[in-house]
Amino acid sequence: MENFTPITALLGGALIGLSASLLLLLNGRMAGISGIMNGLFSSPIKEEMWRGLFLLGLVLGAIGYQTFSESGIPIRQDYPMWAIIIGGFLVGIGTRMGSGCTSGHGICGISNFSIRSISATLTFMASGIITVYVLKHLTGFLS
Amino acid sequence: MKNNLVALISGILFGLGLAISQMMNPNKVLNFLDITGNWDPSLAFVMIGALAVGILSFRFILKRPAPLFDEAFHVSKKIHIDKPLLMGAAIFGIGWGMTGYCPGPAFASLGLFSMEALIMVISIYAGFFSHRFFVKK
Repeated sequence: MENFTPITALLGGALIGLSASLLLLLNGRMAGISGIMNGLFSSPIKEEMWRGLFLLGLVLGAIGYQTFSESGIPIRQDYPMWAIIIGGFLVGIGTRMGSGCTSGHGICGISNFSIRSISATLTFMASGIITVYVLKHLTGFLS
Repeated sequence: MKNNLVALISGILFGLGLAISQMMNPNKVLNFLDITGNWDPSLAFVMIGALAVGILSFRFILKRPAPLFDEAFHVSKKIHIDKPLLMGAAIFGIGWGMTGYCPGPAFASLGLFSMEALIMVISIYAGFFSHRFFVKK
């Protein structure tokens, strides 16, 4: 438990909640990242602009933190590429099929008390936990 | 114009939140999902923090007739739990557990010049496009 960081987690989470609240109050949009990423290449130009800027902001926020914080975020180097390629593909297809990801369902949807989002969140949490168990402990493919 | 500025600022806050909370550290995410091993419950607190703000504010925001800078809220009106929702969520969870990245942290990590995050984002888009051409009719 030496890596337990509840305070920064709460603070970061609150910022994410604030970001989602601003986007909804001002623009009427849900801050679902998979939907915003997907919409970047599938909407009329006028609709693409705000999505592109939101995603640009996402990257800028990360760069800002990395530049000014003392600890920074460790960049993982040695992880098997096959897992990233297959896993990334599954994240893409799964979030489109299920209409959302951690942000859209897990934060915005649950904040809106959506039964669909609560079910989706419980499902991907369970599936993520089982996947880690199988890959790490049962088979040892990824450890 | 106003909407675009809002989107940019909202994106920056979201990215900062992902970074400060360490959601962008994929190994920390994997440790969060590893409940039978070296479990790190920190990331549950990201959700608690985000939901504490979201649940409070969304109630008031969605009571309004419209958002401030648009004519209507763009909120899904679907209420039924169907097979694609649960299957999609299950598939997403497998990918999340394989990599430690969900879409937000993967995209934000492009700012760290992480090779792995770049490949992750490209693979996510490959998934999006496959869904568009093969799954959705």
